[in-house]
Amino acid sequence: MTGQASPTALPDVRAPLLGTWRDAPGLRGFLTTVDHKRIAARYVLTAMAMLFLAGLLAVDMRLQLSRPEMERMGPQGFNEAFALHGSTMLFLVSVPVMEAMALWLIPLMLGQRTVAFPRLAAFSYWMYLGGVLMLWIAHALDITPDLGWFEYPPLSGPAYSPGHRADIWAQMITFSEVAALAASVNIAATILKMRPPGMTLARMPLFVWTMLVASLMTIFALPSVMLVTSMLISDRMVATHFFTPAGGGDALLFQHLFWFFGHPEVYIIFIPAIGFVSSIVETFSRRTLFGYVPMVLAVLGIGVLAFGLWVHHMFAVGLPRLGNAFYTAASMAIALPAGLQIFCWIATMWSGRPRYATPMLWVIGFIATFVIGGLSGIMTASSPLDLQLTDTYFVVAHLHYVLVGGALFPLFGAFCYWYPKATGRLMSERWGVIAFLLIVGGFNIGFFPMHLLGLEGMPRRIYTYGPDMGWGTLNLVATIGTFISAAGGLVFTANAWLSLKRGPLAGADPWGGATLEWATSSPPPVHNFDHVPVVDSIAPLWMQESDLPVMTGLRSDLREVLITSVVDAIPQYRQKSPEPSIMPLIAAIATSVLFVGSIFTPWALVWGAIPVAAALTLWFWPKRPRATDGPFGVRRS
Amino acid sequence: MNRYALPGVVMLLAGCSGVQSPLNPAGDQALSVRGLLELMTWICGGMYLLVILLLGASLWRARMRPIPEAAPQVEPVDTGLSRGLVAWAALIFAGLTVLIAASFLVDRRLASARDREALVVRVTGHQWWWRLRYRDPATGAWIETANELHLPAGRTARIELGSADVIHSFWVPNVAGKMDVIPGRINRIDVTPRRTGWFRGQCAEFCGTQHAHMAFDVKVDRPADFDDWLASEKRPAAIPADATARRGMAIVTEGPCAACHVVRGTDAKGRAGPDLTHLGSRRSIAAGTLRLSRGALQGWIAQPQAIKPGTLMPAIALEPADADAAARYLEALR
Repeated sequence: MTGQASPTALPDVRAPLLGTWRDAPGLRGFLTTVDHKRIAARYVLTAMAMLFLAGLLAVDMRLQLSRPEMERMGPQGFNEAFALHGSTMLFLVSVPVMEAMALWLIPLMLGQRTVAFPRLAAFSYWMYLGGVLMLWIAHALDITPDLGWFEYPPLSGPAYSPGHRADIWAQMITFSEVAALAASVNIAATILKMRPPGMTLARMPLFVWTMLVASLMTIFALPSVMLVTSMLISDRMVATHFFTPAGGGDALLFQHLFWFFGHPEVYIIFIPAIGFVSSIVETFSRRTLFGYVPMVLAVLGIGVLAFGLWVHHMFAVGLPRLGNAFYTAASMAIALPAGLQIFCWIATMWSGRPRYATPMLWVIGFIATFVIGGLSGIMTASSPLDLQLTDTYFVVAHLHYVLVGGALFPLFGAFCYWYPKATGRLMSERWGVIAFLLIVGGFNIGFFPMHLLGLEGMPRRIYTYGPDMGWGTLNLVATIGTFISAAGGLVFTANAWLSLKRGPLAGADPWGGATLEWATSSPPPVHNFDHVPVVDSIAPLWMQESDLPVMTGLRSDLREVLITSVVDAIPQYRQKSPEPSIMPLIAAIATSVLFVGSIFTPWALVWGAIPVAAALTLWFWPKRPRATDGPFGVRRS
Repeated sequence: MNRYALPGVVMLLAGCSGVQSPLNPAGDQALSVRGLLELMTWICGGMYLLVILLLGASLWRARMRPIPEAAPQVEPVDTGLSRGLVAWAALIFAGLTVLIAASFLVDRRLASARDREALVVRVTGHQWWWRLRYRDPATGAWIETANELHLPAGRTARIELGSADVIHSFWVPNVAGKMDVIPGRINRIDVTPRRTGWFRGQCAEFCGTQHAHMAFDVKVDRPADFDDWLASEKRPAAIPADATARRGMAIVTEGPCAACHVVRGTDAKGRAGPDLTHLGSRRSIAAGTLRLSRGALQGWIAQPQAIKPGTLMPAIALEPADADAAARYLEALR
């Protein structure tokens, strides 16, 4: 099946493939598509819209805190703003946008036509959109959650939060976690079973490794938060008393279950960023990454350690000190794999021939910023020191350095890096540099002073402070920095928007990349690749004298994909990939009705399950012709 | 005692008052933790400089070398860099070992004050104020006050923390790190203040609408002054000599205030709000929101929702003369 073939000898399958993989035109195509690129692009754009809205909330909060005793917002308005900002950023921006990037990139990096479960990808997006709409429509109706991005009971329980604000928060998590679990299963299955022939585990691009680890972590971590928010909802709705001490429950149980998810979540966001940075550093240093094996081991190490340190969010709750010392050591140990990664990237630049395009600038900004967040993380990991730092602005600074510096900066770099692949045009370098300087500079002006504010005793989540506390100057500086950063965000967005039409044409491989996505045209055709590439190196596009070797044999008149073995990627069989379908959307609507209804009545779980079951039954109704012989044959008389 | 006296340079630069800052320790626990903070800052700062130097050097090196149009390198041999990686790992390992050991030792020191405990203070977090109770050394009875913690310098106090409603966090950064106040549990924290003076504590765990205004004043006294203060807190409220204030007493102790507040020695026996028996001796009202003054008391009684929106204190409409009398009485509760 495989073999080196000169281009002339290959059958011309492009025209039939385009016909086979095309979506229906117009609205029907829009609603039924299972094209991973279209779905992922919607995912990314929705997450970017959420980033914009949550960013506006941040600006609003910074204005309120810019001077002592400002009266822009009352306490309720401020509490809603930080709750909505945090919940949106964590659950509706950071996690989904990383999965969306993977849904777009992974099949292209693997030389595949689509993901393992295309309809599930569509379902993921519709569920995610359901969560987005529920939270923000609730905000428009003034049912905004107002207790932060983790809502500790008893404050979030029925006694202290009547109404439906806390339910909206808890159910938004259910939405986004169903979407994330579905996307993670999809990504993990694609990576493990759909690699091109020859791409053994040891030849996977680092981005693919990071997405594999992040997806497996998601599958292990997210059930914990779905469980805990469901327990909260049942406490609120049917008085189960999981978290009310007077009813025999325990308020701390919530924190354990939440942070057992919450800490891995940070790495679920950060690990894909490791993949972005590795891809960019490799391409722009014109050499393969230094220390591939240590990098992979470091990612795996972070993935495992991440599950053993959730208690460092709870050092002040009064747990035994010896246990705290263990979690201190486990949390600090993360610095070892993370530090090795930083060294590997710098060593790659040192021994390569770096070129400074905007994606590379973002990597430099990432290292300079993220390392501060990592080091302040070591400080907060120390249980005695954390007693002074936790719940202050020091932690606000730390978490933004880690999440913005460590995940969003690489994401912006990745956006610039793969933008020409997605759109066929390059973004303006000049405006890219201006946006980079404004965002990174403004971010550091905005957030570095918060370390000092924390050390001067300013607690987080306060809507105002007195003039005699002496926090005014640094807060004003922080607000100015936020505005600079926000201006940079507008420049970045305008650059991306205007380059869609005006940018210079990119061609298939504008940066000289090493991985398979650069082998297809920009933007890629609906079926991604005419033929399945065959790989014999970690950098397939840098090893070839002429054309990439390919494998033929997949049908062009049916949607077929190649399934390979888990470790060595040996071709095993051809699999039929599903046609476009409206059922993922219908199933998502039915599930959304159940979720939203269960905020108001427990009976929604009963009656709402019927449409969900009906939608799933229709979705999975077998349409294949039945076999008439063989082991699975049905004998008809 | 000069090691307690130097507030951080950072604070002076930024004009911070330092009454609520871990950089300005006034007790053993806060001092130990500030030492750890300094060690951490040096080691982490050094590591950051090293990373930036390496990054800068590799970028500088690339600038100095002209870029040849050669094919990209696939998995070149990097013996020198591999050795560097091992050395780097060893460096991180050594740094982490120092920091983990230092953390452990400081943690032990925080725990070691325990058996020298001489004074018990029970602190109860409420939305959004603090109930404080001291054990009377003579009788063993509990003496109640609110929103102003007094501690004797040089003695270890054990603070027992309970919550009446949601989770709060007890934090007096100049004296010690924070400890959460969790319903259904009693948490304990030992503090050994050394430097006398006024400090400030604040709730550090988000606890609802008025989390921002859940502070309290902290006074570290010389032990003799502390004993005097405690003896005076123990006394019931005096009946004022002034006629206006006596009229105010009737308004407060027989009117709506009595439904929620205690003034010991009178008919006011409500338990929902702070004890007012010695309100006039305190520095501030409404959990650190307003400096105590007659005007502040009148404003607070008439318009609590304007001063602290969401507070559980209801507005009490009084005639101007009555409001003045009530405020005079409360001010006289020393």
